[in-house]
Amino acid sequence: MTSSLSTVSYIGATILFILCLGGLSNQETSRRGNLYGMIGMAIAVVATIFGVQVSSAGLPYIIGAMAIGAAIGLYAARVVQMTQMPELVALMHSLVGLAAMLVGYANFIDPAVSVGLTPAENTIHEIEMYLGVLIGAVTFAGSVIAFGKLSAKITGKPVLLPGRHLLNLAGLLGVIYFGYAFISAHGVAEAMTPMIVMTVIALLFGVHMVMAIGGADMPVVVSMLNSYSGWAAAATGFMLNNDLLIVVGALVGSSGAILSYIMCSAMNRNFLSVIAGGFGTDSGASPAAAGAAQPAGEVNPILAAETAEMLKDAKSVIIVPGYGMAVAQAQHTVNEITQALRAKGIEVRFGIHPVAGRMPGHMNVLLAEARVPYDIVFEMDELNDDFPKTDVAIVIGANDIVNPAAQDDPTSPIAGMPVLEVWKAKHSIVMKRSMASGYAGVDNPLFYKDNNRMLFGDAKKMLDEVLAALKT
Amino acid sequence: MSLLIGVPREVFPGEKRVATVPEVVEKLIKQGFRVAVEAGAGDAAQINDDAYRAAGAELVADRNALWATADIVFKVRAPNADEVGLLRAGQTLVSFIWPAQNPDLMQQLAVRKVTVLAMDSVPRISRAQKLDALSSMANIGGYRAVIEAAHEFGRFFTGSITAAGKVPPAKVFVIGAGVAGLAAIGTAASLGAIVRANDTRPEVADQIKSLGGEYVGVDYVEEGSGVGGYAKVLSEGFQKAQKEVFAKQAKDVDIIITTALIPGKPAPKLITEDMVKSMKQGSVIVDMAAEQGGNCELTVPGEVVVRHGVTIVGYKDLPSRLAKQASTLYATNLFRLMEDMIKTKSIDGDAVKVDMADEVLRGTTVINQGEITWPPPPPKLSAAPPAVAKPAAVVPKAKGHGEPSGPMSGTKTAVLFGVGALLFLLVGRFAPPSFLGHFTVFILACFIGYMVVWNVKPALHTPLMSVTNAVSSIIAIGALVQIAPDLSKISADLTRPEEWIRWLSVGAIALATVNMFGGFAVTQRMLAMFRK
Repeated sequence: MTSSLSTVSYIGATILFILCLGGLSNQETSRRGNLYGMIGMAIAVVATIFGVQVSSAGLPYIIGAMAIGAAIGLYAARVVQMTQMPELVALMHSLVGLAAMLVGYANFIDPAVSVGLTPAENTIHEIEMYLGVLIGAVTFAGSVIAFGKLSAKITGKPVLLPGRHLLNLAGLLGVIYFGYAFISAHGVAEAMTPMIVMTVIALLFGVHMVMAIGGADMPVVVSMLNSYSGWAAAATGFMLNNDLLIVVGALVGSSGAILSYIMCSAMNRNFLSVIAGGFGTDSGASPAAAGAAQPAGEVNPILAAETAEMLKDAKSVIIVPGYGMAVAQAQHTVNEITQALRAKGIEVRFGIHPVAGRMPGHMNVLLAEARVPYDIVFEMDELNDDFPKTDVAIVIGANDIVNPAAQDDPTSPIAGMPVLEVWKAKHSIVMKRSMASGYAGVDNPLFYKDNNRMLFGDAKKMLDEVLAALKT
Repeated sequence: MSLLIGVPREVFPGEKRVATVPEVVEKLIKQGFRVAVEAGAGDAAQINDDAYRAAGAELVADRNALWATADIVFKVRAPNADEVGLLRAGQTLVSFIWPAQNPDLMQQLAVRKVTVLAMDSVPRISRAQKLDALSSMANIGGYRAVIEAAHEFGRFFTGSITAAGKVPPAKVFVIGAGVAGLAAIGTAASLGAIVRANDTRPEVADQIKSLGGEYVGVDYVEEGSGVGGYAKVLSEGFQKAQKEVFAKQAKDVDIIITTALIPGKPAPKLITEDMVKSMKQGSVIVDMAAEQGGNCELTVPGEVVVRHGVTIVGYKDLPSRLAKQASTLYATNLFRLMEDMIKTKSIDGDAVKVDMADEVLRGTTVINQGEITWPPPPPKLSAAPPAVAKPAAVVPKAKGHGEPSGPMSGTKTAVLFGVGALLFLLVGRFAPPSFLGHFTVFILACFIGYMVVWNVKPALHTPLMSVTNAVSSIIAIGALVQIAPDLSKISADLTRPEEWIRWLSVGAIALATVNMFGGFAVTQRMLAMFRK
């Protein structure tokens, strides 16, 4: 394959990637978008393997490595439960981060790459290398921690070290200092020390950054790490003078950043404050104030059979799923209940909060898996005004996203966050395992409202009982 | 806190309701009140004195003593002249007042230096629904109107085929789909009648349907919603069109129930004598607006009359005819009001001092310590969210993504562009041309990414993230070009750690490939699930 041919292949692949991302912004075009992505990737890989930069000596290694990777990847994609999607995505980000690190090191120890470069070009190349490894390492470490948090292997609560901002600052200064040492060093052996020290700092920084972020902000973090993995690819592209890597890395990086921004504005949170971490624990004053405004009163428990009765008598029902539904794997039962109610002529709709679950769009994926038609699944803004006309709103394992305190308690840590106004429905039923507070650690006045009933228990078990009662 | 709530027996002739019931007495006592009930107050509503006593109320035989000791008096009907005379300064009276219709009463009450909460003046906002006694009463009235109609009507409501012949279903036409109208629609439908209903506010059509009625519209374009969920007076053109619709219905239906009221105005005359004449013999009209003069020209308020073979029911006391139910709901409304007053510190210890900053209490209070505070400022739209008392609590609406964000302020834009220009200058000054080519591509690609993703649907966030994740495994290219480069162009004297580079690259390729295949496959799996 000639050099020109591989260049046009790269252009073709780039266009396909752009169409892929564009297609994914709409349900109708999304499947085609994914197909474009696959074709683009295939073209890019094939054009590279048979291009001028790869000699045939490498083929056995390439085929071996790709066979192993493909087998693992396909296996993982097949067995993963839809509820585990956030973990899987976080884990995959870590792979990209690690790959970027390895590529950076491989490039770094290869003396051939700097042959024939001017001093200025050499400096820039070294900066690119340094940045590539840096971003890769942060992505890797951060994603591993995010994976740990999402799969509950690590506590979801923010872990805050004293003076964490100072620590981060020290890390940054260290990285800059060793960057200078790295550039001024001559030869691989001399530059190795700063490179390794920087990698360690970057890894620690990645761990520290994600540890400090609370579970409620995880969707933003996952999407942010997604962005990082793109930037890592772009930095690698600069390092290797490869436009395809630059373009695709930048595409992924900027789209991930935009997605994070969208998530943040959905939560009415400042992007910086999410990254700085410590949601709900920023100041000593706010928990105290929240304590003073502690909602008082009695909660009204309800049984599954009574819930079924209320549903039967309703004309319109809105279901608000949350992480609890994912944990309990209750989406299929939810769908069966939906079918049963719709068969009785009851209007059933789903209200999805932008940050419900642990990953953007998490709930939509689960409902889609259970084959809930997507035209009855609505965004918060689309049906928030409809609650007053709704007979029953069922909240399944969600808490903060239906907390009225976000609207009427300015001292609440979640004040200003848009929420689903379930309390405006004629009745609301909250399914919950206990009275524990949500991820934000805020008590929920909804539970004490007169028109609210609490259905305590495991969501799956309770919903099964409701379904059984509905069918009798 | 030990304020005494006094509940006298209603003295208005024919009034059977009572302002509290034993269940509510218990709740009031739990809230810290003492309750005194006049002996025999609940008799007409089938609640005997023992039940009150069992609930913890004190029974007082002497009416004057009750009025003299009570701090807060609960009543249903507005007080008559005698009762006004019994009020003392500082007392609080809670009852129906109808301040617009009873200006004299208002003056007399004001002179007594009392505080008066009028249950008919509760603002119609969502938060006040639980104490909206008008709605509770209208609901009962609507039900009772159908029962009265059924009583006067000579046939079944349900159509059926019996051994003795076929019975056609009754047709009921309800005018006005407010609370009373809707209750009437629901009741008539559940009795098996064919129900049609009209309202000047087209948005209630869904509510009518939801109760089993059929919406009969007037084909004339005019918006009929007044402020606060009430109807308003309409133009002549509309009224003419409306009359035609009603005339057509009158010929067809067996029962007409009218509930049309406009606040502060006499009831509109919607059913003319001609329409009554056109109705079938034995038909029934229940005129729920009788108290305000009636919607039918032939209505005699307070009586049942037969005109042109049609029975016209003009009872003014429909809720009172279901006294026990009406008393229970009314008493609960009053209890909710007390709760609100405690919550807003309007009742604090032994003092009653209405919090006039609270929208609900402000609207309900028509006389505050002798000062007439009626009419209140107009209520906010009923669709508006509950009023937020503290300005600090106003929640800024987050911008939905996809909506264009407002333009940035001039200075902000200038600073941003300035910083950008400076950065570009630096890059241009020091970077070699080979870098700039890549840099251009990089910047443009960032913008493409931004444009392409900005309008993504939230439902697709997860697939999008998983696909961008798959795409980011393009990093494999970086490893591919390093694994076995064509070394012929490179001078041979360089020692290259071949093995290291190779295995690092193999590792990177394997990792990236996991991502590549896994990412696309899992995206495909997810997308396959989205269906209509």
